[in-house]
Amino acid sequence: MQFFGGSEISPSPPVPTASGNNAHMMYVFNRNGVCLLYKEWNRPLHTLNPQQDHKLMFGLLFSLKSLTAKMDPVNADKGNLGVPQLPGQGCSFHSFRTNTYKLSFMETPSGIKIILVTHPKTGDLRESLKYIYSLYVEYVVKNPIYSPGSPIKSELFNTALDQYVRSIS
Amino acid sequence: MDTNDSLRVASLWHSMHAISQQLSPVNGCSGIELLEADTFDLHCFQSLPGTKFFVVCEPGTPHMESLLRYIYELYTDYVLKNPFYEIEMPIRCELFDINLTQAVQSDRVALLGR
Repeated sequence: MQFFGGSEISPSPPVPTASGNNAHMMYVFNRNGVCLLYKEWNRPLHTLNPQQDHKLMFGLLFSLKSLTAKMDPVNADKGNLGVPQLPGQGCSFHSFRTNTYKLSFMETPSGIKIILVTHPKTGDLRESLKYIYSLYVEYVVKNPIYSPGSPIKSELFNTALDQYVRSIS
Repeated sequence: MDTNDSLRVASLWHSMHAISQQLSPVNGCSGIELLEADTFDLHCFQSLPGTKFFVVCEPGTPHMESLLRYIYELYTDYVLKNPFYEIEMPIRCELFDINLTQAVQSDRVALLGR
């Protein structure tokens, strides 16, 4: 799967499919499972405390990735279930939907996982997630004060992210 | 994929389904209905007693939910109403297999022979 398609440094944001405040929450994890960012826009129900919630989310995604790699009808060679997959190795899922929410997921080759939880009728958010990753690169990675593996505290990043997410469906 | 792997995948799916309900931002979540991956889609149907039926198909295949509902009907007719079938055991009912294959084949023909 080709990750960096164009030659532009900052691709322009994809056109929003509908207006409205559709996003519930967003997580960003690094390859070790550290939650770098958690943003909440609309979450009426809190089942667990934040630490447990992050761990559960990371665990769910890890296992789902393992399951999709195993269930893949196309690839002949599959590892055993439960073996950690390298980013980009094997088939990976990009979204799942329940009756109350839709979770869109993207993993970069460096192991950064971006998760966006939205309304179930939301369309394909892969391009939006790529744009969010480019925002992350611009505002967080290129910040000389930021140390990788620590939670993101950049105001500029938060503002730009907030603005962008509110503008997509 | 052999029987052991199928069992592992099924039990993993069952737990993932339950965890996805826990992580819902809103009340009333009934678990994963559709999982979209790069090379396949996975549709899941949960019946009232909690039995889950899932089907793996090409990305973007339509009408999978109605197929799953039909398979559930076949399950109740040929498996549950079979007096020799033990609940929770692997299904080895010939009529169920025949009808299932027929349903999937007719579905495939209907979709391809548009």
